[in-house]
Amino acid sequence: MKDKILEYTTRLGDDSLVLGHRLSEWCRNAPFLEEDLALINVSLDYIGRARMFYGYAAELAGDGRSEDDFAFMRDQREFSNLLIHELPKGDFAYTMLRQLFVDVFYSLFLPRLAESSDETLAAIAAKAIKETRYHLRRSHEWTLRFGLGTDESRERAQRAIDQLWGYTHEMFDLDALESELAEAGIGVDNGALKAEWERQVIAILTEAELKLPQEEWAVRGGREGYHTENLGQLLNEMQSVHRAYPGLEW
Amino acid sequence: MIADFPLVSAAYEARRAQREASKLPKIWTLLDQVCDPEIPVLSLWDLGVITDIEKSGGRLTVTITPTYSGCPAMQTMHDDIEAVLRQAGIDAFEVRASLAPAWSSDWISPEGRAKLTAYGIAAPKSCDSCQGLALDSDIHCPHCGSADTRMTSEFGSTACKALFQCRSCQEPFDYFKPI
Repeated sequence: MKDKILEYTTRLGDDSLVLGHRLSEWCRNAPFLEEDLALINVSLDYIGRARMFYGYAAELAGDGRSEDDFAFMRDQREFSNLLIHELPKGDFAYTMLRQLFVDVFYSLFLPRLAESSDETLAAIAAKAIKETRYHLRRSHEWTLRFGLGTDESRERAQRAIDQLWGYTHEMFDLDALESELAEAGIGVDNGALKAEWERQVIAILTEAELKLPQEEWAVRGGREGYHTENLGQLLNEMQSVHRAYPGLEW
Repeated sequence: MIADFPLVSAAYEARRAQREASKLPKIWTLLDQVCDPEIPVLSLWDLGVITDIEKSGGRLTVTITPTYSGCPAMQTMHDDIEAVLRQAGIDAFEVRASLAPAWSSDWISPEGRAKLTAYGIAAPKSCDSCQGLALDSDIHCPHCGSADTRMTSEFGSTACKALFQCRSCQEPFDYFKPI
């Protein structure tokens, strides 16, 4: 069971780190200063979560690896993040609509994880819930502003929704490992969150006068290590210093 | 006049009772000199980051908890506590980070709230029912006390603060967010 919790914890760490890194790419590139601050603070919350998950994974592994080894010394195929986290930052509407989808997801996922019988996973989740509430308020408000704003903001938001939608389904899949941990009261049954997630997302999109895409398509594979080309590029940049100077410490 | 009523939360009362019951009052007092590296008027006690001090078998354990998951000041706080303990001639100790229970802005001491306001940061509202979903309103300007203020950014120079502006005196200020 310990190995299974280790893998589950690593997956959650991968989700947080990859999205945290994507958000950090807005640093000094956001449309205005306040947004720059906001996006990198949200990024920091995710990187903080990644550190807590990886720190716990390192403790479970007990083989001398540190949180840094998890972040910097694994290749693309070993990363098991859900694909939606690794998609490029795109334009500002794309980034904020992705946030809306994942923020609603985490606002449902984290309260369940906080009830985990694994005390460390529960503690990390209890801490993260508070931050996610702030994140969701912001992505909700931005979605309204895009949808009810100008023709251009509405078009960009709609394009983002159309491009992202097929990546949302993977968030609710469960493989054998996740099913087993959910049944054991350690992990979360993501599948059970889907109806409520859709209800909340549709309510927000409707409020913003935006539409759900009609096409039925879905991309999957993150949990098995099959990624889009974007992850390799992200890791290449994120891991470059650590790879060039192995063992370097600040 | 600063319209900030001292707020003594149940969470702070519990912290104070724990400190008063502690068998190590001198260590608590010693560590009162360690301040938050980003808001240097607040001691770690005021902020609620030091959650416990224990001694067992001659070895001291100081437990600290992060404010936010990604708080970059944690390592500095850790190092500052170590430095103060060593300077006081204490060598057998451990500074331990703990995640549960999750830190809340309600843990900030009444003195800490007053220090924040004097420093130009509006103190957080009570978090008893805060869901992070209601818009913050009725935040008093730490400079002139006016409640006629508006939020200009959900995040400020650190994750724990939002940016506000006072419509009465026009001054911008930080608001320590309830969490």
